[in-house]
Amino acid sequence: MPSIETVAEPLVSLRDLHLSFGANPVLKGIDLDVHRGQAVSIIGPSGSGKSTILRCITGLLQPQRGSIRVGATDVHTLAKEAQRIELRKRVGFVFQQYNLFPHLSVLENLVIAPRKVLGRSRTDAEKEARALLAKVRMEHKADAYPGQLSGGQQQRVAIARALAMRPELILFDEVTSALDPETVGEVLTVIRELTEEGMTCVLVTHEMRFAEEISDIVYFTENGVIVEHGSAAQIFQHPGSERTQEFLRHALGDPGRRPAHSNDPYLLTNLSRYSLSV
Amino acid sequence: MAIESSVSAPLAWPRRHVGKLLLLAGAVLFLLYFAPQSPVFKALLQWSPALAVGFGQNILISLVAIGLGSLLGLLVGALAVSPLRLLRLPAQIWVQIFRNAPWLVLIYFTTYVFPFEIKLGSTYVSFPDWVKVTIGLALPASANVAEIFRGAIGSIPSTQWEAARSLAFTRGQIFRSIILPQCFKRMLPPWMNLYAVITMGTALASLVGVHDVIDTAQIASNTVNMTGFTVVIYLSLLVLFFAYCYPISRLTQRLERRYAFY
Repeated sequence: MPSIETVAEPLVSLRDLHLSFGANPVLKGIDLDVHRGQAVSIIGPSGSGKSTILRCITGLLQPQRGSIRVGATDVHTLAKEAQRIELRKRVGFVFQQYNLFPHLSVLENLVIAPRKVLGRSRTDAEKEARALLAKVRMEHKADAYPGQLSGGQQQRVAIARALAMRPELILFDEVTSALDPETVGEVLTVIRELTEEGMTCVLVTHEMRFAEEISDIVYFTENGVIVEHGSAAQIFQHPGSERTQEFLRHALGDPGRRPAHSNDPYLLTNLSRYSLSV
Repeated sequence: MAIESSVSAPLAWPRRHVGKLLLLAGAVLFLLYFAPQSPVFKALLQWSPALAVGFGQNILISLVAIGLGSLLGLLVGALAVSPLRLLRLPAQIWVQIFRNAPWLVLIYFTTYVFPFEIKLGSTYVSFPDWVKVTIGLALPASANVAEIFRGAIGSIPSTQWEAARSLAFTRGQIFRSIILPQCFKRMLPPWMNLYAVITMGTALASLVGVHDVIDTAQIASNTVNMTGFTVVIYLSLLVLFFAYCYPISRLTQRLERRYAFY
């Protein structure tokens, strides 16, 4: 495996992460590194613990074992909510279901956290919010409420809301899974631009083509372990593990059909023989 | 049909309420025609200022009761969602006791438990009956407001908490800036409904000797001593309470429709 790691310290590093919900183990020893400026994708079947990894990075979930480091912060040792709040000021999070605040206008959604959490002035925060809305091409909806927007529009606002905190790192949790195929594109365009600008991004995604195109590193997880990781080209063109190959074959559109049974009476193509007797 | 009428363009107000307006016009004409001759309507006219004063007492009791009950209820409701069991438990007991007690019993209870005056230093502060009744109504109101509040907080999806936490809000900030503003909009319709119910509950005040509209009507009917008058005066009480509570319940319905989408 060619070394793709740079000499610098990774911005995020997870070591031997274990987490279980009750008796149900979700993460069984995850090792993951994200370097500054990289776009890292985590792919894998549903229920393999991808979203859980993101929630651990931002301290929304506490692992039972293992270490999480974000910059100089040892996330797994944080005991107080105040310390986690300091961490979350530096880490943005975008959710699958957007989770905008429905009682606030689009502009207020972007302004509230910088004002209340970072203590910025209203004029300052609004100016930056409008710039961010322009960046995600939503400036014309600044005064609309989330309920009046389409899913794709809401998700772009949610990305702008995360950016308004000027994070070092943004975590995207299946951000296009709730969108229809046509609006997926507008959200992915925004994320692509962010990665091109050098924003450090960790994406959990089911959009394989997109992951292949924009990721520097791709991790494939299954059943709470990392099966394989490497550069996007390596994972998508020459996957080492058989399981990765099978997953990608399904995910990239080849249905991997089972061979048809020649005289299966229930197969529609074989039905004609019987239709005479009806 | 209800669905169709709500979709089609709204009619102008007089055309939409043509039946009600005709009924009202008929009632007014009837009164104008009969009232001058009838001794019953003459007596009613004579007593109507007293009835209005009595009804003012009812409205005063209901407003103070819902005000007190809301303040107390928000406090109890906030305690009921506290993560500390020690705070949650008394709030739950409060809600269970006062939500499940008959209002009349609570009114009798407060009337006979509190003294008629309180000694503050050297001055005596009187503790009139209507205040006791108000407290008696404020207690169940507070328990109901607490439940409405708790329900509203619970109805905010947990993803809102998660989203706010990921934006580095503290627990207190999330509660104040994100959860509460969404709660109040959801609480408004059931809270107004509760107010209408409390207003109707003020009719119980006459039973412990408060000079409210019911008490006035009783006195009037005993004084005038005409069967026709007794019927008419209680009918006019119905109309009074209906005229006060119906707009509230209509407004509630409108607000419910308006906030139904979120």
